[in-house]
Amino acid sequence: MIQYKTIALIITTGILAVLPQFLNPYWVDVLNNIGIYAILGLSLNIIVGHTGLFNLGHASFFAVGAYTAAILNTQYEIPVLWLIPVCGLSAGLFALIVARPIIHLRGDYLCIVTIGVNEIVRIALINNVFGLTGGSNGIFGIDRPNVFGMTLRTPMEFYYLILAFGAVTIFLFRQLEYSRFGRALNYLREDETAAQGSGINTAHYKLAAFVVGAVWAGMVGNIYAAKMTIISPESFTFWESVIIFVIVILGGSGSIPGVILGAVLVVGLPELFRDLANARMLVFGAAMVGMMIFRTQGLLPQRPRKYTLPQGRRNGEGGE
Amino acid sequence: MEQFLQQLTNGLAVGSIYALIALGYTMVYGVLKLINFAHSELVTLGAYLGLTLLTSLALADRLGPLLGVLLLAVMVMGLIAVVGAMLDRVAYRPLRQSPRLSAVVSALGASIFLQNTIMLIYGARYLNYPHDILPKMTIHMVGIDVPLVRILILCVSILMMGGLFFFIQKTKVGTAIRAAAIDQGAAKLVGIDVNRVVLLVFLVGPALGGAAGLMLGLYYGQINFAMGWSYGLKAFTAAILGGIGNIPGAMLGGLLLGVVEAMGATYISFAWKDAIAFLVLILILIVRPTGLLGERVAEKV
Repeated sequence: MIQYKTIALIITTGILAVLPQFLNPYWVDVLNNIGIYAILGLSLNIIVGHTGLFNLGHASFFAVGAYTAAILNTQYEIPVLWLIPVCGLSAGLFALIVARPIIHLRGDYLCIVTIGVNEIVRIALINNVFGLTGGSNGIFGIDRPNVFGMTLRTPMEFYYLILAFGAVTIFLFRQLEYSRFGRALNYLREDETAAQGSGINTAHYKLAAFVVGAVWAGMVGNIYAAKMTIISPESFTFWESVIIFVIVILGGSGSIPGVILGAVLVVGLPELFRDLANARMLVFGAAMVGMMIFRTQGLLPQRPRKYTLPQGRRNGEGGE
Repeated sequence: MEQFLQQLTNGLAVGSIYALIALGYTMVYGVLKLINFAHSELVTLGAYLGLTLLTSLALADRLGPLLGVLLLAVMVMGLIAVVGAMLDRVAYRPLRQSPRLSAVVSALGASIFLQNTIMLIYGARYLNYPHDILPKMTIHMVGIDVPLVRILILCVSILMMGGLFFFIQKTKVGTAIRAAAIDQGAAKLVGIDVNRVVLLVFLVGPALGGAAGLMLGLYYGQINFAMGWSYGLKAFTAAILGGIGNIPGAMLGGLLLGVVEAMGATYISFAWKDAIAFLVLILILIVRPTGLLGERVAEKV
């Protein structure tokens, strides 16, 4: 079983590594967008999928990261990829400050507050807060990223950057999922009272989930800013948060392959239906309703963890 | 002082529209624990249907402005109520037993669907309501001139809210709605047909939303396919502010939000107008996590 998994992993990596060689730049760019949204989806997955917190304002963390990168890069000319940790930190800090007083709110109250935070951030960006964000035009002229002396310009070069970042994300989030921390989050999602009764500091863990998700979204924001070289408040609206949210739920909340599949469908499929033009979003909305009715738990839901008994028989499933 | 009073009446008029929309959110939430994100699109649809009927039937010319608009409101409310019930049947009813997050995605999908349907039918441009439907007179009171339309909106909304309050509190059907909101299982045991209650909620809520859409059209004179989302979000904020699921709370929250927003836009900053509502919401929720009139719900043990 383990071998099959390894072989499948090697084949998938191989395909992903050579894929852009066979596509034109337009489709490579679509793949890049899918990659960016997949990583954003994975970061939201920690909050929504694993912890069961209702966050419809994830684009605000993404925005904080992207604007941190843009401001520091254009004002102080710091190479944009060096700023990845800074962007993560600033988004994490923002999440910590914002979420600290509201983390105890029940599900739907939390939902509206995260939407509100998203709106406040967007309006603040439009109003050129502190004179740094460039108002509704946004910030332009962000440097191209430089990796080992090579400047990334074409979609294909970005493809490998995003692929590498995605691989690191998947590896780390997988570790996180199976860690004590990840188990605590799942416990919290399933039954908060029981989790509290077992000595899990619920407020602490919820806050930690928010911050981890936000840190990651902030780092994706950096890559997004580097890729676009122009960012404006239009890219961080409520609907952006909705798309990330839909990726998580549609793909299968709590499941890494599910979220990636969700990103492929939500970002990739509309590209295939470009001919429908205006009716595209109509179909998209109807598909969301239909998907939820016929596959409520998402396409690839989180599978229950398997544990082998300490001295019991192994049933050949392997497990961790 | 005059500016203050003008803004107060403006805030109350807008706030009463928020309150009408908020009632739709809060009633659905009370019974189903579902945020009906598509409600804002029903408001938009109400505004557009109002415009279509107004221009095609020329009600205001035939029956005089007040009676014409009143009849128009009744027609819009009836139509939107039907759309609301259909929405429930198609998008929400199959998901009654599903996890709540799935129902939310379905609601968001329905919202996107409806919004784009409206755009495809009516186009993406702003449409104007005819200027001359309601007489452009002002009424002199407490030292200021208040436009008639403001007073009408406020009076009609208060009448509707009063009617709803009476209906929910005093009639047998209203009692059934309240019972289903408190405990669906127990309501079923005492012989309440919960499915009918849900249907009723999806008739009444959207009807109020449709009326609110018509009022938005009459008040601002311009409508757009994406307008519902902004008003819907404010109204939902109002519902949360008052304590979601709580009908008087939605009314209070709506009026409060309208006034706070009007004052904020005048005395603090117009550019930050849309952010003020959310700032107030966050501040109030930090102090009172279940809203102004929301009761503390016992956590399950």
